[in-house]
Amino acid sequence: MAKAIAKKHVPKKSGKSNTIKLKFDTSWSYAPAPESKSAATINKQYDLYINGEWQKPQSKKYFDTINPATEEKLSEVAEANAADVDKAVKAARNAYEKVWKKMQAKERAKYIFRIARIMQEKARELAIIETLDGGKPIKESRDFDIPTAANHFFYYAGWADKLEYAFPNRKTEPLGVAGQIIPWNFPLLMAAWKIAPALATGNTVVLKPAETTPLTAMKLAEIIQEADLPPGVVNIIAGAGTTGAAIVNHPDVNKIAFTGSTDVGKIIQRAIAGTNKKATLELGGKAANIIFEDAPIDQAVEGVINGIFFNQGHVCCAGSRLYVQESVAKEVIRKLKDRLESLIVGDPLDKNTDIGAINSRSQLDIIHKYISIGKKEGAEMYESSCRLPGKGFFCRPTLFTNVAQSNRIAQEEIFGPVLAILTFRTDDEVIEKANNSPYGLSAGVWTDKGSKIFNMTKRMRAGVVWANTFNKFDPTSPFGGYKESGFGREGGLHGLSAYVNLI
Amino acid sequence: MEKAIKKSSLSISENGLEKKSSAKRLEVLKTYKIYIGGQFPRTESGRYYIPTNAAGKKLANVCLSSRKDFRDAVVAARAAFGGWSGRAAFNRSQILYRMAEMLEGRKSQFIDELVQQDSPKAKAEKEVNLSIDRLIYYAGWCDKFQQLFSAVNPVASSHFNFSVPEPTGVVSVIAPQADGLLGLVSVIAPVIAGGNTCIILASETKPLCAVTFAEVLNSSDLPGGVVNILTGKPSELASWFVDHMDVNATIYCENNSEIKKMIREKSAMNLKRITFYDKVNWYTFEGQSPYFIMDTQEIKTTWHPVENIAGAGGGY
Repeated sequence: MAKAIAKKHVPKKSGKSNTIKLKFDTSWSYAPAPESKSAATINKQYDLYINGEWQKPQSKKYFDTINPATEEKLSEVAEANAADVDKAVKAARNAYEKVWKKMQAKERAKYIFRIARIMQEKARELAIIETLDGGKPIKESRDFDIPTAANHFFYYAGWADKLEYAFPNRKTEPLGVAGQIIPWNFPLLMAAWKIAPALATGNTVVLKPAETTPLTAMKLAEIIQEADLPPGVVNIIAGAGTTGAAIVNHPDVNKIAFTGSTDVGKIIQRAIAGTNKKATLELGGKAANIIFEDAPIDQAVEGVINGIFFNQGHVCCAGSRLYVQESVAKEVIRKLKDRLESLIVGDPLDKNTDIGAINSRSQLDIIHKYISIGKKEGAEMYESSCRLPGKGFFCRPTLFTNVAQSNRIAQEEIFGPVLAILTFRTDDEVIEKANNSPYGLSAGVWTDKGSKIFNMTKRMRAGVVWANTFNKFDPTSPFGGYKESGFGREGGLHGLSAYVNLI
Repeated sequence: MEKAIKKSSLSISENGLEKKSSAKRLEVLKTYKIYIGGQFPRTESGRYYIPTNAAGKKLANVCLSSRKDFRDAVVAARAAFGGWSGRAAFNRSQILYRMAEMLEGRKSQFIDELVQQDSPKAKAEKEVNLSIDRLIYYAGWCDKFQQLFSAVNPVASSHFNFSVPEPTGVVSVIAPQADGLLGLVSVIAPVIAGGNTCIILASETKPLCAVTFAEVLNSSDLPGGVVNILTGKPSELASWFVDHMDVNATIYCENNSEIKKMIREKSAMNLKRITFYDKVNWYTFEGQSPYFIMDTQEIKTTWHPVENIAGAGGGY
């Protein structure tokens, strides 16, 4: 027996052991395993959460938020206009001057801990709503988004009364009112990334969730209300671009924290040019994920799949450019195609689903546009043969081979499940190609050689570098980009700087 | 042969009679040029301007640098970035210390120039001394600030995770106008201590020390291109300093709100990091700290899995 096993592990000289074709045409399939919607309560209508209470919008407008997997309406949410924003900023200013700034830091901490605890208590409900409203697979919202969001509040809560240890030889003071604008790809997690450090450092907040995913932010407002946070410390108002612009341009906002596209980030930077407003911008990316010939190939393939298909590729740090060393390119591409075929695309509420719904019709259009650009530019497209649901916004996991460095699919952020594969021969070549991008948010490297890892991670111009892993996040770990991926860090000790003046 | 010796001895004796032959030696005037990539070219534009002191005395024909000079300097700074940022922090520290040594050695020259530019002697001495000490201060920080501002992050998953500062790249700087030497040194030192390269526009009205400081840099083992010094008008060059797509950060040290607005607006083009040092008093301790180094640093976080075989729980 032992002999037989040993024999199996002897690699064949011809290398034919790498050419086994996996078969997917068996009758094996997963039975549906849907999470229950009944564990979540969604109101028919949500108002604006200002000064600790739900207020009718002065705009008198409500917009629908839909489930992108079914295109059915989930709820309608108040849209804040400039007058509503003004009201929210005034509430935040009042709470800052009269309550939050003066409160003992350890008491501030306890409020934040309390928010974290209630989030944990309601984790299942939050996960279901996140998946319904945004389209992401329930296994991701359940195992990643919601727990990480709660942990973020836990982490920063503890900092509130320890800030004098964070900045050697300096004291800190809060900035004042923070206007925070977050995207639709990790709605609750991004809210946590923004609110938790702002509160811990003594600022008050006006937060605007994205217009396609406002519901978990509304739930967070309920949690904040339940936690008895003093009125006005956190105000949550929904809306689209004009609401965001009203926050950015409000004269009594001291700090803008934005996560979203590089284009909008640049508009914000211009808009606040003549003011004293501080800003942190977490913008786009086009991460290079690099596989060397000495890498553990199966792990690397799994990492690349996770890198680009996590959250349907709606990830600013997604590993959307794959660089494979030529000697292993054939093997890696074949294994990627096999793996692509085994990904389960469909109902986001199903616990077995790997790839859920694209967040909106407009995002699906953008992805389709890039797929056709890729084909026109001469790259070879390969997509999973999976069947897509009849309703909702879905996209097959897709990869392109024979991509040129100058192709738009290798240069521009697609924000969808589309991987561009390029090849290289030498370390210097791949460093040059990987860094040849206006972005610099994240990067990945796969190799078994320690010294090569450190050489690569050092030379990559990116804020987060994953070696032999990808798309890992933690409240203690700073996140943020180089170059046009923005500035400032969120998470960890370094994330505190974004919300304090040093004195 | 004999004749030649005779001739030379004759010339020695002539030298000995110098007092008799000429009453006044003609002074050799210095040509103030710019400093790009370790060379001292004139501005490609061929233009010059003549700054004067309070008494109206002409200081020199100073290069009026152009947009093209700035572009050339960016090319030099970018080319030097890989080597400079890749050097051991200890080596950068040695070079900053060497710069201080060279400045100390030429102290009187700088005092003279500051006096020419209206500084009282005592103030000029203080400015030069502080400039030397500031270089020593940052020489010491080169291999220490990383330890202060790094972190090993205790992530919940089985990964080793650490965050360290790294230089942001090429930095364009518009130097303080008032303190021709101390302002210049106080801004350059933290930028290069952190491994960046820079292009700095000297004080328009007090440019002499900046050019002479380039000579200090040139004799301090500082690789060409790490610091590039231009002279000219901020009103003309500021927008190019923040327009260039291969510049990663801009530092502005004056308090002109129009220029500040312009800088922040234009920085959006490639999201340059912008820092304003408009309220810093360079003569006090407030004018030096490792936080100035951090203004042109990025934080890079690196992750790697840690093997966790069967959750080994032994106490060893």
